Amino acid sequence: MYWNPEVECAPREEIERRQFESLRGLVANLYDNNPFYRGKMDGHGVKPGDIRCLEDISKLPFMYKDDLRDNYPTKLFTVPTTDIVRYHVSSGTTGKPTLVGYTREDLEYWTESLARALTSVGITDEDTIQVSYGYGLFTGGLGLHYGAERVGASVLPSSTGSTERQLELMVDLGVTAIACTPSYLIHMIEVAGKMGIDFRRDTKLRIAVLGAEPWTDAMRKIIEESAGIRAYDIFGTSEMAGPMFTECGEQDGIHLSWDMVYPEIIDPETGEVLGPGEEGELVVTMLKKEALPMVRFRLRDVTAIIEGPCKCGRTSPRIRRITGRTDDMLIVRGINVFPSQVEHALLQVPELTGHYQITVDRIGALDVMKVEAEIDPDAFSDKMEDLMSIKKRAEGIMKKYLNIGVRIELREHGSLPRYEGKGSRVKDMRSMK
Amino acid sequence: MKDGELITQLSIFVNNEPGSLASIALVLKECDINLKAFNIAESAGFGVLRAIADDPRKACASLRGRSIAVKPTKVIAVHVEDQPGGLFGIARILGEAKINIEYAYAYAGKKGPVIFVRVDEPEAALAAIRAAGMKVLGEKDL
Ligand SMILES: [Zn+2]
Repeated sequence: MYWNPEVECAPREEIERRQFESLRGLVANLYDNNPFYRGKMDGHGVKPGDIRCLEDISKLPFMYKDDLRDNYPTKLFTVPTTDIVRYHVSSGTTGKPTLVGYTREDLEYWTESLARALTSVGITDEDTIQVSYGYGLFTGGLGLHYGAERVGASVLPSSTGSTERQLELMVDLGVTAIACTPSYLIHMIEVAGKMGIDFRRDTKLRIAVLGAEPWTDAMRKIIEESAGIRAYDIFGTSEMAGPMFTECGEQDGIHLSWDMVYPEIIDPETGEVLGPGEEGELVVTMLKKEALPMVRFRLRDVTAIIEGPCKCGRTSPRIRRITGRTDDMLIVRGINVFPSQVEHALLQVPELTGHYQITVDRIGALDVMKVEAEIDPDAFSDKMEDLMSIKKRAEGIMKKYLNIGVRIELREHGSLPRYEGKGSRVKDMRSMK
Repeated sequence: MKDGELITQLSIFVNNEPGSLASIALVLKECDINLKAFNIAESAGFGVLRAIADDPRKACASLRGRSIAVKPTKVIAVHVEDQPGGLFGIARILGEAKINIEYAYAYAGKKGPVIFVRVDEPEAALAAIRAAGMKVLGEKDL
């Protein structure tokens, strides 16, 4: 089922033609009205007239997260404050926060995008959706809230926290869909178990829309099997609007609404545009944003564009699940390591719960990587030998996945932190020395 | 094997970091669990606390209620005359019967020293220990 079939299934030529029209208009408008971006273009030696086809976008300069921080709070806004109807703030892990603003039209596109996305995973006006993302400065809660209202679903705005109460409401209201972070849903399943609630038996939950932190297909399998549901990946950052795009029922890549965003994949080192299927850094140009335009914004997320039509019939471009972040990437003994690889490796060891914490340290001249992993209580043995063999096997798999030796430390179940929002499972002690 | 011939021991996973054991000890205290004997095996990063509690079934349930990884295991309790020679005696008996001892630890019981032994073949071990004339204790004897 489609929310907006004319757009979602538009022919390829129409998509390219209309994307180019949007891009040309956007660049001309920015050059005339936005001193910041005009300065960037002049510094780069490019004029609006140089953009003669869609591919010419690669002639334009990049925008960075630092551009938003350096121009905090509103110096990059292109509309007067009277036209701003909402703000959101993302707490940066370092330095200043970034502030984003929305016009009424910006919110309208964001909501439209989520209405398309929620419809594509099968959420309709007959569903009751629990929005367990944080409501407030974070974009997740309010974004999903209005998107779900738009499709006519009954929204339970439960936000984060008080998990037991959330589970009671889920059962009492017959909630059929949930939007939250994957680690929070796993936490809910664990708490439910302790309360004697079985997701399959006692809830009507059938769909989860999960995002705001990296996760893997292996984690999806665990969630889907333990809760008896279908779990879909959602993607989007506050610079784009918020969470905006999801996988469709095929679970084969995230559909990006072509009328709102033009994606590129680049080599993070050279900035060169890569072809379909090649893994690199995702760069987005937002084609409809008014308050805070984004042209070739470098997201630091690592993914690839999937070529070819989707079985669902949508013609919008798809990206693969985000496999990591270029700035989360650790270089350990000269080898690139993404936390998602660690997670994937750990899930190959059934005796571990999948919760982990990575610590990289430098001892003498040598980088040492340690991964703390929780042992599943059912796999716990009183024999040291059994525990050591789990540890050894995990270390072997890790070596195979990462190409470097990693020390695994077994941890008690429940002793590692659960991340309900964007949290870092990586401690790099080298930067502190 | 008759009931009461084997002793239920609780094995508890402990993170090997400052305060971990103390926090488990606090939970034991809060749940009113009294330990008669215990032993700790340690390795890099983690350890296993093996303990003989007054009421193992109740202790196991309360620890699980507090999200602590605990596993009940059956061990053999043998009364020995004196500890050093006693352990040697059991090791020799089981060795001759080709039974592997996973681990063993001692407890100064009310009625004399006791050694707890964990083996993979408890039935054969019981037979060998009894054949050698040593006394196997049940939970009530501790
Ligand atoms: Zn599709």
